[in-house]
Amino acid sequence: MRTRIFVPGDSGAVSVGADRVAAAFIELAKTGDKKIDLVRTGSRGMYWLEPLVEVETPEGRLAYGPVTAQDVASVWEATLTGDTGHSLCLGLVDKIEFLKKQNRVMFSRLGIIDPLNIDDYQAHGGLEGLKKALSTSPDDIVEAVAESGLRGRGGAGFPAGIKWRTVAAQDAAEQKYICCNADEGDSGTFADRMLMEGDPFLLLEGMIIAGLAVGATHGLIYVRSEYPAATKSLKMAIDILRDAGWLGETVGGSKHAFDITVRRGAGSYVCGEESAMLESLEGKRGEVRAKPPIPAISGLFGQPTLVHNVLTLASVPTILADGAGAYKALGTGRSRGTQAFQLAGNVKHGGLVEVAFGLTIRELIEDFGGGTASGKPFKCAQLGGPLGAYVDEGMLDLPMDYEALAGAGAMLGHGGIVVFDENTDMAEMARFAFEFCAIESCGKCTPCRIGAVRGRELMDKLIAGKDIDSCLTLIKDLCEVMEEGSMCAMGGLTPLPVKSAIKLFPADFGLAPDGVMKEGANARAQAT
Amino acid sequence: MKNSIDAPYGAPDKVRKICLRYANRGSDLIEVLHDVQAVLGFVDETTQKEIAEALNITRAEVHGVISFYDDFRSEAAPGTIVRVCRGEACQSMGAENLLPVAEELTKGRPRIGVEAVYCLGNCALAPAVTVGGTLHGRVEKDHLVAIVEHAALADEASE
Ligand SMILES: Cc1cc2nc3c(=O)[nH]c(=O)nc-3n(C[C@H](O)[C@H](O)[C@H](O)COP(=O)(O)O)c2cc1C
Ligand code: FES
Repeated sequence: MRTRIFVPGDSGAVSVGADRVAAAFIELAKTGDKKIDLVRTGSRGMYWLEPLVEVETPEGRLAYGPVTAQDVASVWEATLTGDTGHSLCLGLVDKIEFLKKQNRVMFSRLGIIDPLNIDDYQAHGGLEGLKKALSTSPDDIVEAVAESGLRGRGGAGFPAGIKWRTVAAQDAAEQKYICCNADEGDSGTFADRMLMEGDPFLLLEGMIIAGLAVGATHGLIYVRSEYPAATKSLKMAIDILRDAGWLGETVGGSKHAFDITVRRGAGSYVCGEESAMLESLEGKRGEVRAKPPIPAISGLFGQPTLVHNVLTLASVPTILADGAGAYKALGTGRSRGTQAFQLAGNVKHGGLVEVAFGLTIRELIEDFGGGTASGKPFKCAQLGGPLGAYVDEGMLDLPMDYEALAGAGAMLGHGGIVVFDENTDMAEMARFAFEFCAIESCGKCTPCRIGAVRGRELMDKLIAGKDIDSCLTLIKDLCEVMEEGSMCAMGGLTPLPVKSAIKLFPADFGLAPDGVMKEGANARAQAT
Repeated sequence: MKNSIDAPYGAPDKVRKICLRYANRGSDLIEVLHDVQAVLGFVDETTQKEIAEALNITRAEVHGVISFYDDFRSEAAPGTIVRVCRGEACQSMGAENLLPVAEELTKGRPRIGVEAVYCLGNCALAPAVTVGGTLHGRVEKDHLVAIVEHAALADEASE
């Protein structure tokens, strides 16, 4: 009997040695008569355990982690003898709490299948959604997506169904496009990357269904250049689907044509903003466009364009396969289905948590995340990337859904949660928010371009302990100008982390807890 | 030779071939620039002119795109580039202490370059860096020094 051993090929796992572990298994297989079949998979998303090795047994897959190349021989020995007492043995992977408590819809195949094996994909439910879509009318597909309650996972949470209806209604267009936004620039997020590397067919299937629904024949995926492995995996998956007859002149023998091109970004954060992304896809500088017109009416090359994040499109096959009702049954309020939360930064168990909306921030950080990695007390978390608000201990019982967070002045964004411990100086983080905006602003509008630079200067002054009260007054005004006057959320949301940091941690800015200036105004300078 | 000051012999030919790979479409400029840079190491003025001609766009457009995107350079790059992530997740795990360590390593060694980047998508394994394009996670100071020295050695050997 041959033994199947699974080692992730995910770039996160590789960054901590998964390739060396895989190579050690291959070496080992060469000696004696060891019958090993090595399968490279995506990651399960339990990054603190990477490289996570899984060994197939009659009871299920036995997990070991984190494994180094030096451990490979002893792991293999333990497998042969059936000894589960190995110090790295984690038991059956499906029994690991972190995974067991999740409800994986988009990520159901991650870490399980060989990402580029189409038979594996189909054996695990792949292409079911597309087959359903081919047997129904485009209108019915659009209505299923609308009915499911799916909202954009890229950040804004706009209802997908409305966009689909708008693009579908553009009858006169000579060409329509599906553009997948895989720019994933937010710090604290990696779910798009995991999915593109670990289950690329799912995204492609979602795009084909979208094409059938709105009448588009060309799809483009804009992948950030920081993700070379995702680009490679997508390109290979596209070739495989084309050879299998699911892409090209005909989609699965139907009268519909659809093809997909992968395009690279070039190191610009603002190109994740949809209109800047469209400019970039046209070969131009990534400058934000004025709205209206919206991309659904006039997008890529002036044609109707459906722009969606990776995870929005990756949710579509399931909605078709299992029905809108089943999808809608998950979640809470107006946040339906599942969300891929990403635990990052100073957290003990960093990784991917896909669950229905409605969990509290505390459940994510404490139950799944296990608290801080440093073991020091928790200070705050930033939700939704660099343009998202900070939340403190007192806000941890908020449920993770679009409206509840918005009501508390925070946002879900792309689902990233970055944890910070007590050593964090929030004045430095506020300064960084401005600095990041200054570096990444596309430069088209003044409030963002100049405001960010002024904000950073003011924070420098404040951190040096000079004129704290006048600095804070100016920062407040500046934030208002940026919020009101910026062309897109780059400048418009940069004030969110800044203002939340000041509000939650006034002492870090030289203020008394009630937000009032301390005696002498430069308490900060005195304290440091 | 990736890093010579002038574009290498035969460059125009290579550039034209790359443009042709994209059917000389101006809208594929960013792909073209990535490919050209992968072959030549950077995109100098002469090359920019050739690209503009092949894609039937202006030199100003090519230059404008190169200057907008961090990935593109019009001058030769150091042989070993260390990119230290300064995203919030990496900062929460001490990335700001790694940057000076990396910068220290470049002293008197022009073939090593350090750049700050903002998220490499490895935020659950922070802090993250890339050295010579290879991604590393959970990077500590000593670890960083070792990886950079290793890459620099390989680079110097290939020179
Ligand atoms: C500065 C900025 C950066 C953004 N980056 C991304 C990104 O990396 N990925 C993404 O899907 N959306 C990003 N967005 C949101 C997009 O503009 C857009 O709302 C989204 O791609 C629409 O897809 P969805 O409806 O599926 O969410 C960004 C927005 C802004 C303002
Ligand atoms: S913030 Fe450094 S890898 Fe994401």
